[in-house]
Amino acid sequence: MTTDYKALKAGGFMRQVQKDRFSLRIKVVGGNLTTGQLRTIAEVADRHGVGHVHLTSRQGLEIPFIELKDIETVKESLAAGSVDTGICGPRVRTVTACQGSEVCPHGCVDTLALAKAISDRYFGRELPHKFKFGITGCQNNCLKAEENDLGIKGGYVIEWQEQPCVYCGICAKVCREGAIFASDDEIRLDPSKCNHCGRCVKSCPSDAWKGQSGYILSFGGLFGNRIYTGKHIIGIQTDLETVFRAADAALDFFKLHGNPGERFLAAIERTGWEELKNAVQAAVLAPSPAPSQAGAAA
Amino acid sequence: MSEKRRLPTPHAGVDVTDAVCPMTFVKAKVALDVLEPGQILSIRLSDGEPIRNVPRSLKDDGHRVLGLTDNGDGTYDLLVEKGQD
Repeated sequence: MTTDYKALKAGGFMRQVQKDRFSLRIKVVGGNLTTGQLRTIAEVADRHGVGHVHLTSRQGLEIPFIELKDIETVKESLAAGSVDTGICGPRVRTVTACQGSEVCPHGCVDTLALAKAISDRYFGRELPHKFKFGITGCQNNCLKAEENDLGIKGGYVIEWQEQPCVYCGICAKVCREGAIFASDDEIRLDPSKCNHCGRCVKSCPSDAWKGQSGYILSFGGLFGNRIYTGKHIIGIQTDLETVFRAADAALDFFKLHGNPGERFLAAIERTGWEELKNAVQAAVLAPSPAPSQAGAAA
Repeated sequence: MSEKRRLPTPHAGVDVTDAVCPMTFVKAKVALDVLEPGQILSIRLSDGEPIRNVPRSLKDDGHRVLGLTDNGDGTYDLLVEKGQD
């Protein structure tokens, strides 16, 4: 019987240079695994691998040197410890994320919650080629949002309030974009220069700067054979449902225009950035769905 | 041009320009420890990371930032009123 390598690859079993040995991808969302999952993975790596695991460049984890004959047993052992196998091939891949606002003082958005929501919605979806989501919590960009097919970066939409301000001017000192002017009796923001980093909000000692969490999306990034920085074709979005509509539109665009084996960027460049921009903007501007009965009664 | 806002005279001062994060904040905290609530500490800070983090951390600890003076040499004097214990 011949081995269906394509099916194995789709299920996360990556063929090795050694005959009938596979490096098994584990499903990881937002770079987090529980200690219980790690114990299960360690046990499987000891019993069916060669006693080590490999951390991939996109927060994934692989158990190398699994034998072809053990594949079903390995899957069962992992499933018993609540560990899912990963995927490969032309579909939505591992959703990566930094620790975000729930852990990191710099974070402007809850990246892990968003990674889980994105993964639940899109992980494994069949497309013309691989498609990567990466979510980073702030402009420090630890998770390198723009190298992904669709990157999401947290930011703040900021607003200054006169009443609590002590005019210390720290906001103007910490702003790297030169968007804030401060004097003893005046604070002025140039919104055209603001990059939503939120440093003014995070450093303000009197809570005069308020920040509303928002998402900055980038499209078409690549960091492999070709390197390309994903483009910001729409402004910061403060509504999560709008972010999902924009992502839906991007994936629909890729499905419609992409040729098999062609990355998202290649499909965009062939079809035209304007086309993508129009599709995403239309999705962003789409009216909210009609309120539910409960919502209407409220 | 407005007249510079009058800032109160500090009861004590500490220079943290020789320290790096998180010791900048720790030195400021130690200096505040010996003051009474309502008394004012002047903290000399370097530009960059200390100016980004120290004022906010002091605020989060319950103290009140009153003002910041630019010394024009890459250092700042931060005036902080000690909060209730």
